[in-house]
Amino acid sequence: MIVNGSTHAMSREPASVSPLNAKPDAIRTEGRPPRPKPNGAAHAPTTPRAAAPTFPFSAIVGQDEMRQALLIAAVDPSVGGVLVFGDRGTGKSTAIRGLAALLPPMRAVVGCPYACDPARPGDLCHRCRDHAGGLEAHSVPVPVVDLPLGATEDRVVGALDLERALAHGQKAFEPGLLARANRGFLYIDEVNLLDDHLVDLLLDVAASGVNTVEREGLSIRHPARFVLVGSGNPEEGELRPQLLDRFGLAVEVTTPTDLPTRIDVVRRRDAYERDPEAFCAAYAEADATIRQTLNRARAYLPSLTVPDATLEAAARLCLALGTDGLRGELTLMRTGRALAALEAADTVGIDHLARIAPACLRHRLRRNPLDESGSTARVARAVAEVFAA
Amino acid sequence: MTTWADAVLVARLAAADPHGIGGVVVRAGAGPVRDAWLAVLQNARPAGRPIRRMPGSITDARLLGGLDLPATLAAGRPVAETGLLAETDGGLLVVPMAERLSPGLAARLAAVLDDGTVRVERDGVGQCRPARLGVILLDEGQGEDERVPDALADRLAFHIDLTDIPWRDAVTPEEPSPVAETGPPAEDALAALCQAADALGVVSLRGPLLAARVARLLARLAGRDAPGEGDTVLAARLVLGPRATRMPAQAPEEETPEPETETAPEPDSSAGQDAHDPAPLDERMVEAARSALPPGLLAGLLAAGARPRLPRAGKAGVAAAARHAGRPLSARAGDPRHGRLALVETLRAAVPWQRLRQREGEPRRIRIRPEDLRIARFVQRTQTTTIFAVDASGSAALERLAEAKGAVELLLAEAYTRRDRVAVLAFRGTRADLILPPTRALARARRGLNALPGGGGTPLAAGLDAAAELARTVHRGGGTPVVVVLTDGRANVARSGVAGRAQAGADALCAATALRTGGIRTILIDTAARPQDTARRLAEAMGARYLPLPYADAGAMSAAIRAAT
Repeated sequence: MIVNGSTHAMSREPASVSPLNAKPDAIRTEGRPPRPKPNGAAHAPTTPRAAAPTFPFSAIVGQDEMRQALLIAAVDPSVGGVLVFGDRGTGKSTAIRGLAALLPPMRAVVGCPYACDPARPGDLCHRCRDHAGGLEAHSVPVPVVDLPLGATEDRVVGALDLERALAHGQKAFEPGLLARANRGFLYIDEVNLLDDHLVDLLLDVAASGVNTVEREGLSIRHPARFVLVGSGNPEEGELRPQLLDRFGLAVEVTTPTDLPTRIDVVRRRDAYERDPEAFCAAYAEADATIRQTLNRARAYLPSLTVPDATLEAAARLCLALGTDGLRGELTLMRTGRALAALEAADTVGIDHLARIAPACLRHRLRRNPLDESGSTARVARAVAEVFAA
Repeated sequence: MTTWADAVLVARLAAADPHGIGGVVVRAGAGPVRDAWLAVLQNARPAGRPIRRMPGSITDARLLGGLDLPATLAAGRPVAETGLLAETDGGLLVVPMAERLSPGLAARLAAVLDDGTVRVERDGVGQCRPARLGVILLDEGQGEDERVPDALADRLAFHIDLTDIPWRDAVTPEEPSPVAETGPPAEDALAALCQAADALGVVSLRGPLLAARVARLLARLAGRDAPGEGDTVLAARLVLGPRATRMPAQAPEEETPEPETETAPEPDSSAGQDAHDPAPLDERMVEAARSALPPGLLAGLLAAGARPRLPRAGKAGVAAAARHAGRPLSARAGDPRHGRLALVETLRAAVPWQRLRQREGEPRRIRIRPEDLRIARFVQRTQTTTIFAVDASGSAALERLAEAKGAVELLLAEAYTRRDRVAVLAFRGTRADLILPPTRALARARRGLNALPGGGGTPLAAGLDAAAELARTVHRGGGTPVVVVLTDGRANVARSGVAGRAQAGADALCAATALRTGGIRTILIDTAARPQDTARRLAEAMGARYLPLPYADAGAMSAAIRAAT
């Protein structure tokens, strides 16, 4: 685990995905002379600094549950996203950004704003489907898109292209953040502070995998399948149950309390801040190992089947906890399988279920005001009872 | 409480590396001392570092940036507007009345402090601009309850308190004071800082990390390559002291040699530092930090035992959308039938599309379509409602009741200035009655309290249930409830109305647990002449602050409640 630093930019700025787009999707400001400032102060140049490398995923101390959940989501995006809740300064954002730097690249259609997968004709966007002849593909990094607080709806879902409307009077669609996140990750820091109307939008898209835009005379549908990753601090506001349910896994992170771990965390963070390049180089090999494990697990996943005994155990566990709907069982099954794939196990066993049950189920329990013990303890209790039988 | 010399040093450090140290929380009323401190800050900053002020009512468009409409129209192509955060790049952002900062605004500032960039995805503009700034939070809060958002305060290295500095002392020093006494370079200063943080009960790891940065900054300002021990000790005092949540174990001679050599970290390949015995440095840090402990910490801890800081979930959660009044938020697309039309925002939304719509042939001056319509949104600050649940049974002697009435009146007088409300419930016989519905009116409260009768059994469970119910009502209405229970804890009437100590006690504990799980802030005042164990257990069950107040008069009682809320 790490502590959020202060100085390091996102690993992926919008510019890094722009080669996908047929045209620049953001307004460029560099070419414009700076406007006079009211206070007349000399203004720092606005050219972005050379981005420092992100804190390596493998250098995170502890926080095993969070790291495991993120890796599971990377192996099988269908588990449905990860919610990371916890104390301030436990490295929630850092872990997600570290994961982004770790992901193996993917194949995508050249010039497609949604980075369509040429190997899956069923999921192609309308542009790629209508494209005559073969689709040209190239290797691109998996997008990890930040949804910053204060984002407006038009930027999230996409809207009329302002530049072309103004300059040429043309009506063209400018894809938004959801388009950019297709096949990748959409990361929302402080998800509990997100505006309600944006939450509603996300709920719909996350459930269907399709973004439907009906605005400014445009009518567009495009694929938007992404792994939703949210982080936040429960003390700053609760999440709506509907949004909670959209996350496949929920993990809790806490500040470590034992001194050696704390010292280790501070040491690594300090070393990273003093010399990011050298620090990252020291962990490059460990990161590469994780990347290989990921690749292997992804290749292995389709051949793994879940035995009936495990499915039945998952059903009994959900029954014992009284979780609503089938989503809990489905997540248990998929998560267990992804974990088994990561560990290159022969089959998905009960022990896999037992290990991931808290992350899969703790946010799906109904509140019981008279039961003081947290949901994590309730899941653990149920696991012990059901699987002992 | 911070000395003026420390405050000046903090200002210099903040000015020297705003982004590295995050910034400063300045607790002080508006006045000459705070002005003098800001002047020091202003003078200490190197040329070219901006200092900008951020009003609390700032909109996202101004804070983060967005579309610059006039420039866009003039240029005929989209032009981005630089937000205040990007304009403050390299400098300091001063936030007045930071104790009233909304969680959303605090989160935006926190994101900028973490990344050093501001990410804008607004109104057709998507960009990422550098914003390596520090934040000065001017905190005018009074009491525990009014303070700057924790998430933000945690990211700022310094927390200073200028409240008790006499204005005569607050003179701008002529020349820079010597920064820190030198010493040999600290061996494994990081481990020592972590240990000092542990001893002081600083949970967040940003504490020791920021202290390490400050130590390096001190060394750099003094022209040294690496921080000496003096720098590290000074950094620990400035950064860790004000964050302390518990008193470190008393003086070193009483201390058994701590197993530091065992817990000292195993050699870490990444940091490449050997484990040295850091005990002396660590102890000196704690000693130094002790002198900077927040005022009243000791007294508070002695009076009430270690008290976990109460979560402030309620306040953040309910500072929610009011429809027509309050502080304006940024407008959003919507139907004016469901809110107030924001005319200017609507026009702003429509203007960029005019040329396109003209082409589509709508022969009008301005073409506004339904999707342009914007409605204004507001947010209202919630008020605190203090709910008194008063045990009016025979066992709580009548004179105690009179004192309770007096305390309520005193709090009411104050509530008027704090814009808070007070409600009173009394429980006696077999049930609880709402004597005084939530009010701010002093005269009405007096009338209600005069009619408060005493005597009979103690239906504690019924009283707690009624208090919880009222608290939930207040919460739903957008207020923040605080429940103050005055009782001796000797329940003898069960929920069913049947007399009987055992069942009544069990019911009371159950009701107390419900209060706790409801996330309601509670205070239990034990009114028994000799403090009772039953009352203490009850307080634990409801997660309440326990205040035994034998023979307290109204003044003492209201002071205790004020301190606890």
